[in-house]
Amino acid sequence: MRWIAVWRRNFLVWRKLVVASVLSNLADPLILLFGLGYGLGALLPSVEGMSYMAFFAAGTLCSATMFTASFESMFSGFSRMHGQKTWDAILYAPLVIDDVVAGEVVWAASKAWLSGSTILAVAAVAGLASSPLVLLALPVAFLVGLAFAAVGLIMTVLAKNWDFFSFYMTLVMTPMTMISGVFFPADQLPRPIQIVAEVLPLYHGVELVRPLMAGRLPDDALLHVAVLLGYAAAGYAMAITFARRRFSA
Amino acid sequence: MSALRARALRKRYGEAEVVSGVELDVAPGECFGLLGPNGAGKTTTLSMCLGLTHPDGGEIELLGEPVPFRARQARRRVGVVPQFDNLDPDFTVRENLVVYARYFDIPENGIKDRIAGLLDFAGLAGREDARINTLSGGMKRRLTLARALVNDPQLLFMDEPTTGLDPQARHLIWERLRRLTQEGRTLVLTTHFMEEAERLCQRIAIMDRGRIIAAGTPRALIAEHIEAQVVEVHGNGYDAWMERARSLAPRVERAGDTVFVYASDASPVLATLRGQSELSYLHRAASLEDVFLKLTGRDLRD
Repeated sequence: MRWIAVWRRNFLVWRKLVVASVLSNLADPLILLFGLGYGLGALLPSVEGMSYMAFFAAGTLCSATMFTASFESMFSGFSRMHGQKTWDAILYAPLVIDDVVAGEVVWAASKAWLSGSTILAVAAVAGLASSPLVLLALPVAFLVGLAFAAVGLIMTVLAKNWDFFSFYMTLVMTPMTMISGVFFPADQLPRPIQIVAEVLPLYHGVELVRPLMAGRLPDDALLHVAVLLGYAAAGYAMAITFARRRFSA
Repeated sequence: MSALRARALRKRYGEAEVVSGVELDVAPGECFGLLGPNGAGKTTTLSMCLGLTHPDGGEIELLGEPVPFRARQARRRVGVVPQFDNLDPDFTVRENLVVYARYFDIPENGIKDRIAGLLDFAGLAGREDARINTLSGGMKRRLTLARALVNDPQLLFMDEPTTGLDPQARHLIWERLRRLTQEGRTLVLTTHFMEEAERLCQRIAIMDRGRIIAAGTPRALIAEHIEAQVVEVHGNGYDAWMERARSLAPRVERAGDTVFVYASDASPVLATLRGQSELSYLHRAASLEDVFLKLTGRDLRD
């Protein structure tokens, strides 16, 4: 449990900068949710049996969680690892690189969970989620956070400079957001693209959160949870492998 | 038992072997200096001794623990002052120490008094709530030293502890480091300030191109490797004078427009300089820097 000290270090920084941090993580998704929700929602009849706003709220929860986890693990993580050399300082103490990676992954997932659960709270207040089942979306948000934090940290420990992240953002995250059922149902897309979405983690987060917010238990829930857990575990293992190579070679 | 022992230490990066068979023996309680030009392999050697970089060959024992195998256990009793400050810029002076203490699992209720003592030691009492970017270079260095002491270490690694500091700040650090050795702690420092090594270190190893090329007390190194007296000469006509000096002293070197004459007795050399108006000169005792330049050469390393 040595990684907890790393988590607490990041938490203390966050606490000092909490207003700017929460604002930047929530303003964008909420503006998008209510802007698109009202604007497009007026044009659309119900989507999958719910209002467009409710449909999109579930997508927003997942994509905001994904973006927070990814930004924290990549940009902030790289700044701590490379710019400030905070990881080096931690490694003089009786911690090893595995502890640092674990602390960073769980931290980024925690911050992402806060984004997701705040959006859930706003959605509930706006009357977009009223069933007690929505509480199950909270652990799902953490799991989505873990999956993207772990994958983001692979990018971080492989990165030589900041530009490296643009490739992942532009070539992976943006298209993934388009095809994973965030803005519109994924099954409208051609089958080959659907298959790509099903291999990626975001789709499985959306497939879990949307029914829960509508007050239903999701179909194939175990499969979706397993894919997210798989990304978290495999991403964590790979991040550790590359981090060891970077730090003790 | 040695506080730090390294045998046949090797490290290769690609084609270049940056550490080639280094042997170290640091006795408990001594201040040991690892000297060498830039790129000699000092920092890599320290990093291997801490278990942070894995050696390609050799054995290390740090405070009785085999490294890297039990490096984590050894680091509980070790402090590190890195070459470049990596204090946490988002934190105050106090927060830097509190957060660092957590990495050592130091109980939080016991840390308050200890931090007050460390800030006192670092000359930062009253600056607890200052942000890192408001501190001077010397203050940051002292805070880094205080941070390295948070776990009350038996041994401290310091990579160029006073590089970039002004003389006042440097003297203050030296005074604190002497206090640490008086407390019985072992110090291992790298430096390329010979004055620093001569003042602080009981024993010195000179490292170049990945190897230890000389080791001993500063006095013994000077006695063993170099003539006792030095005359530095520069001014018009130094070239012609240099030819004369060669017959009067065992070793005569030129660097730029200065001639360095090394001799156990410099009086015949000095006699040729008296009454000269063109040449100015300086007569002094040989220092560690002369040994260093003799052993590692006068060429630039960068």
